Amino acid sequence: MENSNEMTIIFDSRPENEGLARVAAAAFCTQLNPTLEEVADLKTAVSEAVTNCIIHGYRGEVHKIRMKCVRKERTIYVDIEDDGVGIADVEKAMEPLFTTRADQDRSGMGFTFMEAFMDEVKVTSQVGKGTCVHMSKKIGN
Amino acid sequence: MKPVFETTGTCLNIKLPKEVDHPASELIRRESDRIMGKIYIRTICFDFGETIFMDSSGIGLIMGRYRALGMRSGCMKACHVSGYIEKLLQLSGVSRFLELEGEEKEMQLEGRGI
Repeated sequence: MENSNEMTIIFDSRPENEGLARVAAAAFCTQLNPTLEEVADLKTAVSEAVTNCIIHGYRGEVHKIRMKCVRKERTIYVDIEDDGVGIADVEKAMEPLFTTRADQDRSGMGFTFMEAFMDEVKVTSQVGKGTCVHMSKKIGN
Repeated sequence: MKPVFETTGTCLNIKLPKEVDHPASELIRRESDRIMGKIYIRTICFDFGETIFMDSSGIGLIMGRYRALGMRSGCMKACHVSGYIEKLLQLSGVSRFLELEGEEKEMQLEGRGI
């Protein structure tokens, strides 16, 4: 299909890979000719989701994170998934300013930023199994 | 680019790097904690002049420094703030206690930002 494209990358849950993930997603998105603001929004959302996998999902341990980017027509879909501890109460975790790590200067704004910068954010999680953040954004709205 | 820390009297100036993400914020938090343990600091000024990317880790850094300075009014300042960074500051609510310095605000209107 001409109007679709797909990319999956798997990387270690190391903080230095947050930059890799957001730049890869931004590069994938360029085929839709996005504005600088749209690229910045996508990069911030990806960075938030990957940081969550590293700090909360894997609690600093090194395991794998999977990022799948799909383009369909003018919409980009990004799924970011870990096999970490999972989230018991997703609704609570998504509340602005809610954090379990205030001691580490975490703001609790991660999901708020994802929701502000993407059109749709959905979280599926199972305690002990892992978490997947599904996001989408229409480019050129 | 690495962050640059300078003190003028009781003011700590932190020139932020290009990307204020989770690893960069951790480094800045540790170094500013070390400086604040040695020197009495009353105000912190963040210089966003080089910064092109920030996420909620940077917001956490600002909130944490505000707490460390006793949440006094006027203790947190920012300069060279681009339109994109200002959007993050406002969305997260930290703009309520983070004073944007006047001159730089005008520069921003003249076309800084993304």
